Amino acid sequence: MNKDAFKTIVADGLWRQNTGLVQILGLCPLLAISVNTINAVMLALATLIVMAMSNVAIALLRRLIPYEIRIPVFILIVANLVTVVDLLFNAWFNELYVILGIYIPLIVTNCIVLARVEAFASKHPPLAATLDGVFMGLGLLWTLALLGVLRELIGNGVLFSGIDMVIPGMEAMQIFPPDYPGFLLAALPPGAFIMLGCLIAGKNWLSERKKAKDRKAPLVLRGVPGENTVS
Amino acid sequence: MMICPPHLREVNSIPRVMRLVCVALAPGIAVYTALIGPAILVQICLSSVAALCFEALMLKMRALPVRRFLGDHSALVTAWLIALTFPPLSPWWLTVTGVFFAIVVAKHLYGGLGQNPFNPAMIAFAVCIIAFPALMSQWPAQGLTLPFERQLEIVFGFVPRIDALTAATPLDAIKTALKTNALHTGNIQELLMSQNLYGTFAGRGWEWVTMTYLCGGAFLLAMGVITWHTPFAFVTSMAAIAALCWLIDPNRFSDPLFHLFSGGAMLGAFFIATDPVSGCSTPRGRLIFGCGAGILAYLIRVFGVFPDGIAFSVLIMNICAPLIDRYTQPTIFGRRGTESDTR
Repeated sequence: MNKDAFKTIVADGLWRQNTGLVQILGLCPLLAISVNTINAVMLALATLIVMAMSNVAIALLRRLIPYEIRIPVFILIVANLVTVVDLLFNAWFNELYVILGIYIPLIVTNCIVLARVEAFASKHPPLAATLDGVFMGLGLLWTLALLGVLRELIGNGVLFSGIDMVIPGMEAMQIFPPDYPGFLLAALPPGAFIMLGCLIAGKNWLSERKKAKDRKAPLVLRGVPGENTVS
Repeated sequence: MMICPPHLREVNSIPRVMRLVCVALAPGIAVYTALIGPAILVQICLSSVAALCFEALMLKMRALPVRRFLGDHSALVTAWLIALTFPPLSPWWLTVTGVFFAIVVAKHLYGGLGQNPFNPAMIAFAVCIIAFPALMSQWPAQGLTLPFERQLEIVFGFVPRIDALTAATPLDAIKTALKTNALHTGNIQELLMSQNLYGTFAGRGWEWVTMTYLCGGAFLLAMGVITWHTPFAFVTSMAAIAALCWLIDPNRFSDPLFHLFSGGAMLGAFFIATDPVSGCSTPRGRLIFGCGAGILAYLIRVFGVFPDGIAFSVLIMNICAPLIDRYTQPTIFGRRGTESDTR
């Protein structure tokens, strides 16, 4: 794999094709779990592991899977891997596992996983497929983390509540003064939608601004007629 | 744009309509001030300043002529409605948060005046009652008259908020009674009287505020700012469903008159549901809109968890307004056949 292909995978996963902000896939866990940072990051990590593993498994088996029944086969493979992750979470982070509940098994039905498997892993060699899974997962991870941070901070004025479930002994940080009344809406599902809308708007704004900047140099032709026009 | 005769002169410009709405609200505000004290005037000033600031900021960010659009007074009407629907002793930041959501989110993010699918003032109310349910339920106790400085101190947070200042509104009282089954003895009216919440025909004190809103609404009707359809449908449907419940069990449910003159019913019927942007535009559509809003408002205020149902019922009907409009288009003049053919 050459350097350019690697760069494309990284940029697509983290920014250009970001699962949360551009593809807008897998919103159910995104919105339901991002009440606080820890939940969001841990669910995104679980999804990342599943994506990386399922991408590599399917890339290895891609020549053996009959085209006509590929979807059920993909689902079977993904379901196996999700079971592994589910058991791992149950063993290592039991308290968190209870909170995340149904959302870990539901990774099977998460359309990001199936979308990457179908669109990428089934057509590319294992190394590229693994990287794609990892970087798509990382893209999801930072989006979910940011959403979690914003909702937790605005909703309750704290950060990393429940961190002791992942790293024992750590405590949540109180960012705003304790008499902060809390903005309950941010912690409720509508708050998640509003916040995600703001993040998408922010992403679009940044992309548009960059596009406008890139255009500036060769863009003499688009000036007002009479000014700068190339005859 | 009028291009073919007869050329009708449209006298209702946006600034004129908005000014008339403010004039129509004035008597209600006067009675409110007499009842509660000058805190409501402070809230109105506060929300107006905040609304104009947010409006100017958004217009500037959207590269629109600030002076021209600020001059249409639409932000001012939104601000006044927010101040009138929020508890008068709310802390200043609660009002400002409400105005922020009304002007920035509900109005300008959706495309500014004329593009908003939801009533901005009701978005402010809904956001704040979901985010700060406790503060939004703190209505001042009946007969509470605090000196002006004291009210200012409470609004601007110089003194800690004291629960003793607030009491259940008549609507809260009947809801609690309904939920806790406290009515095995006596009826709802006696219960309200025992809590000193019942006036002549509705909630004590508030009945006169809502009565002046009704007069203000009649003024708007007379000036041709609103049509009769929405308020008429709102009031009749609310009265009808209240009468139905009252006839079924007069002990547990209060009479229609009480409901019409409690909470935000009159303000909602004449000033909020009649919003020309987020409401329906066809006559039949307005009847359906008002009807739905009245029934939903009753159901939410009696059986729901929120203190009053006007905001949520109007927002729900706002979502339905485009659909209602689509199916109630009137027959084009000169066309034969039934109205449904014109779709």
